[in-house]
Amino acid sequence: MIDKIARSVSDALEDIEDGSTVLIGGFGEAGVPNVLVEGMIEQGARDLVLVNNNAGVGRHGIAALLAAGRVRKMICSFPRSVGSVVFPELYAAGKIELEVVPQGTLSERIRAGGAGLGGFFTPTGVGTQVADGKEVRRIDGKDYLLELPIRGDVALVKGHVADRFGNLTYRKAARNFGPSMAMAGRRTVAEVSEVHEDGGLDPERIVTPGIFVDAVVKVDR
Amino acid sequence: MSMAEPLSRPQIAWRIAQDIPDGAYVNLGIGMPEMVANYLPDDREVMLHSENGILGLGPSPAEGAEDWDLINAGKKPVTLVEGGAFFHHTDSFAMVRGGHLDLCVLGAYQVSAAGDLANWSTGDESRLPAIGGAMDLAMGARGIYVMMELCTRKGAPKILKRCTYPLTGERCVNRIYSDYAVIDIAEDGPVVREMIGGIDLAGLQDKAEARLRLAGDWKPLNAPDL
Repeated sequence: MIDKIARSVSDALEDIEDGSTVLIGGFGEAGVPNVLVEGMIEQGARDLVLVNNNAGVGRHGIAALLAAGRVRKMICSFPRSVGSVVFPELYAAGKIELEVVPQGTLSERIRAGGAGLGGFFTPTGVGTQVADGKEVRRIDGKDYLLELPIRGDVALVKGHVADRFGNLTYRKAARNFGPSMAMAGRRTVAEVSEVHEDGGLDPERIVTPGIFVDAVVKVDR
Repeated sequence: MSMAEPLSRPQIAWRIAQDIPDGAYVNLGIGMPEMVANYLPDDREVMLHSENGILGLGPSPAEGAEDWDLINAGKKPVTLVEGGAFFHHTDSFAMVRGGHLDLCVLGAYQVSAAGDLANWSTGDESRLPAIGGAMDLAMGARGIYVMMELCTRKGAPKILKRCTYPLTGERCVNRIYSDYAVIDIAEDGPVVREMIGGIDLAGLQDKAEARLRLAGDWKPLNAPDL
């Protein structure tokens, strides 16, 4: 029998090793699986590489994990959000590495990782600093940059409703990076506010099929 | 010649809104370009795109009615209009790079005579680098309109022969809407399409480093008091 509903956050996060790359869904505050992210503090893995659009807000969630000194490197598109305090301090103090990636390239690199692709050619960043050191290929008279995939040892995403098969729906714009990251995690854990108890979700509503999800944790919204 | 009275930011936003056609799919950049939404004519249905997976951005919700799962690219709470849709980030940027957006309105630090855009970094190494969706939008949307003042607060021109700040995209700007003029970036450089009363081409040229030309059929640039 398939049952991906985890008994606890710590069960869902077991076996995450030091040095892991952790994909974390969300854009700003919408769609960040804060319970799972804060669960990483207790879980204890260190020397992590985090991938998220931003770099944490306030002192909770991603910012709390950063403040706990567990993160070696942040890969994101926009670390300079309003209310972001922890990351700028760490960066200014030289205590964390930063890789800034254009947002669409970040998302597509994650999708490519989940889709088993070796990379892709994008027009984004041609002729800019982002192109430094990257292969440029002219295709049908237009220049493109080669961008490489990102895979996560773990992906932490926030869904809305899940069933025991790991199928997920999302809520409004909290969907954002969730579907691509769920595909790209070697182990994907979803935090949801509702578990569908009566068999499987309506297949027409499913956004992330359960094949991409290893464990589901229900949290209070 | 009377003293030229430059357009305010709301007036520039109003002027841009007049050029957005019915049925267009449009991304309004974070910051100043967001004001364009306030002036879209009532008789046009325009679908506003947000990078974080929304088509059909509506106005801000009433105080107390915010839904923090429904925010725009600037992370502010928004609403959804009839016919709107949610989708994930990778699809959102497929819309951007795939040429599906008719227009994107962006702010700019600098625009070059060739239409290069610099709007993500001043090269100041003490600031955290942050790109967001700007590079994808600059290279992807079918039309790129820049909304900006012709000069910085210190009076330095922003339309340059070459950008001195790090680029967001090469040869991507189609048109600049500014406080003094509407300027197209043509194959052979900037062409003034509209200018406000009380200024002439020489007066505009004082506010730009790149050489400006005046279109033969140029028009006065007008906007209502807002």
